[in-house]
Amino acid sequence: MECVVFVYIPNVYNVKVCHIVLAGCNKLSRICVCAKLSKHGLRDKVVIQLMDETQEKRKPKSWTSWLPVPRFKSNVIRRTITGFTLFFYFYFVVYCGVPLILLHALAIEIICHNEIINIALKAKKIPNIPFFRTLNWYFVIVANYFFFGEAFSEYLDIFVKKYYAINVLISYHKFLAFCFYFLGIICFLVKIRKKLIRQEFSVLAWTHFLLIIIGLQCYMIVQNVFEGIIWLILPVGLVILNDIFAYIFGKLCGRTPLISLSPNKTLEGFVFGGISTLLFGTLLSYIFCHAPYLTCPVRFFGKSKRHSNEHISNIISIKVYPFLYHSLAFSLFASVIAPFGGFCASGFKRAFKVKDFGDLIPGHGGLTDRFDCQFLMATFVNVYIWTFIRTAEVDKIYQKVFQLSIDNQLKFYHLLNESLCVRGLMKN
Amino acid sequence: MSEELRRRSSGAAESETGETNKLGTAESNSSRENLQSNLRDSEIDSEDDKFGRKGSIDLSGSIPSGTDKAPSVLDQMLQDLPDKWRNWVVRGIFSFLMLIFFLVVIYGGPLALMITTLVVQVKCFQEIINIGYSVYRIHGLPWFRSLSWYFLITSNYFFYGESLVEYFGVVINRTDFLRVLVTYHRFISFCLYCGGFVLFVLSLVKKYYMKQFSLFAWTHVALLIVVTQSYLIIKNIFEGLIWFIVPVSMIICNDIMAYVFGFFFGKTPLIKLSPKKTWEGFIGGGVSTVVFGFIMSYVMCQYSYFVCPIEYSETLGRMTMECEPGPLFRPTNYKLPEFMCGFLTTFGLPDSVSLYPFMLHSLSLSIFSSVIGPFGGFFASGFKRAFKIKDFGDVIPGHGGIMDRFDCQFLMATFVNVYISSFIKWDSPQKLLTQVLYLKPEQQLQLFHMLKENLENRNILTPEV
Repeated sequence: MECVVFVYIPNVYNVKVCHIVLAGCNKLSRICVCAKLSKHGLRDKVVIQLMDETQEKRKPKSWTSWLPVPRFKSNVIRRTITGFTLFFYFYFVVYCGVPLILLHALAIEIICHNEIINIALKAKKIPNIPFFRTLNWYFVIVANYFFFGEAFSEYLDIFVKKYYAINVLISYHKFLAFCFYFLGIICFLVKIRKKLIRQEFSVLAWTHFLLIIIGLQCYMIVQNVFEGIIWLILPVGLVILNDIFAYIFGKLCGRTPLISLSPNKTLEGFVFGGISTLLFGTLLSYIFCHAPYLTCPVRFFGKSKRHSNEHISNIISIKVYPFLYHSLAFSLFASVIAPFGGFCASGFKRAFKVKDFGDLIPGHGGLTDRFDCQFLMATFVNVYIWTFIRTAEVDKIYQKVFQLSIDNQLKFYHLLNESLCVRGLMKN
Repeated sequence: MSEELRRRSSGAAESETGETNKLGTAESNSSRENLQSNLRDSEIDSEDDKFGRKGSIDLSGSIPSGTDKAPSVLDQMLQDLPDKWRNWVVRGIFSFLMLIFFLVVIYGGPLALMITTLVVQVKCFQEIINIGYSVYRIHGLPWFRSLSWYFLITSNYFFYGESLVEYFGVVINRTDFLRVLVTYHRFISFCLYCGGFVLFVLSLVKKYYMKQFSLFAWTHVALLIVVTQSYLIIKNIFEGLIWFIVPVSMIICNDIMAYVFGFFFGKTPLIKLSPKKTWEGFIGGGVSTVVFGFIMSYVMCQYSYFVCPIEYSETLGRMTMECEPGPLFRPTNYKLPEFMCGFLTTFGLPDSVSLYPFMLHSLSLSIFSSVIGPFGGFFASGFKRAFKIKDFGDVIPGHGGIMDRFDCQFLMATFVNVYISSFIKWDSPQKLLTQVLYLKPEQQLQLFHMLKENLENRNILTPEV
């Protein structure tokens, strides 16, 4: 049985100096190691930790090992069971309403962030410095406060203005978030350690990168949900459908490999999966269009505590559903571009030499494994809504006029009058 | 002692590959070698790393430093001075030249400022990315250089498009061709970004995965730092030139004054990262920045060239910078607090003071700049220390690269933008008018009639007979 000896120098904060492979873990080998180190003058300064190789390779027990789920030999059945469980869980979440959906979006974002940053730091062999991990979470909290503040101030201003404390927090969210962020940077600079300075900058850079990649998409998902729950459900459903169909067709008739990054993906799976996504996606959106719970944008009315939805009539009309054209565009994106998010994640796992992002979901791996394509799709949906669907609303501008002073309101009235006359829309 | 330890430990690490064969019994030699090679494989990402790079990264060879350089003309003129004085003279001359250039650009107006910001931004991005290339030793992959530049161009298109849409939207809505670019601008830039992303995934090469991902992350962080903040600078300029000039000069003044105070009175060190900075310099610099900011804003508030936001006026049919100064820039009387009133009236002095409200805002801006300025500088010097480089580049002799001069400015611009959007009411009648012009004509008429009815009901507007 072979042993791996890890040698640490305590002053330099547990940075692993080297590892030496021994033939056996007996006392003789240990003496040899000590002799070798004392030759270099390191004997007294060094802590030798003898670790069993099997101990190193043994993974911590996953939480799912306590579940009374029968262990099938086939991975496919396991994946299907877990898949169905997830599906019902998310169905329940959607049924419960928007606040729970937003909470889940936030939770998913934090879990994915955690998984990726754990992998990155472990692979880069950056020592686990507790203060800097705390700082990472501090920045995540500040960034999410900023994003949610933006979303709430735009959509939920009636609710926000009711309570003074929340009003202050949300109205000045940009300024407060900036102050907290800068405080975090100051703490980072004060506590920096000269010997580990490069690693500490690495942690900071990874935090920022992951906030751009994941935190920003979470904000976009929140914006999508406020436009109507269907703008979240349909893209998610399309990506899942594409995944499943590509897998099925790949298993049935897959031959030519698609990309060297993921040897399991085939061209036939890609093409046929794409076509079936287009068909079934259109069917799915047709079903969804009938439910006003899903199609209406989320607005808050002051009288009742729960949010109510009101009907948008320019997107959905009774006979023809213009939404189906949009869903075609979404299906196209989901089948062609969104898989690249999956390839990117595979490349990432290969680069960092891990098999899965984590072990939260049995059979599937970590949460990021499931949601990697969704992020790109959510960004596309957000940009699409902003460009093609959203129109400026008369009410919003009307309300803004009344926030001006009385002189300015009059001034605005005259300016508008002049502008309309100049352009011939009105006679004076 | 610790240095010796480190040297020995790195020596021990590198000699382990030779030493392990001596330990252990002969039978397990082959399996041990297998394990050894497995361990070795897991640590190298490409052929480059085969011989290990376990210590810290030292880039002082690959990044050129500008602090000790001087153009040949000056070199000849200053040959006889001792080295230290020569450095100071070069630095002083180029500081002066930069100041003159700054004044010329301000005189040139908003367009010159926007172009300068763009040029500065591109150069800063180039310097940061150069460091990234040197760190990851990715010179062998030509694809990657182009990909970083592609992302820079895409993000610039997105951000400049956003500001153009907001401010020139009115002009652009008139011509049909440009309207297409404006309406679909977000969508087009997203498609371009997706294209870049797909190219990145397709360009992943087997042995270089880790490096390519790291450089991808590096590019994104550099874009976040450089491009977003220059977009915010442009937004500040559109609020009025004063919102650009005053913060920039505050940071410069803080730099110079902190140095002067540190030189004369410096004793207690401020932070471990930069041993040359002192508490006396920090506080002295802060106080003088506040005073300087006060004086400068008093002077600038009086000229409408600096004070007016850049807007579109229907009557003139173009963008103008002439306007009536807003309430922030008109002298208002402020009553002094109670305890001072009694004191002042006994001496026959007036008990209220007439100030521009902007001067009070400049007070908070200067307090922040005296904190942001030094810490932005510490951040940049920490970054340079991590990679053991002396300067970001060598564009400006005596000072180093452009990033050396502009590191604090970016953060200050972000702060000014956040400050404006939080505390200073954006909306003015002109701004709302630009938003109204996006509505469809029927909606505009609807708005007009609703407004008219409401104003008449409140007796603000007398109904026409």
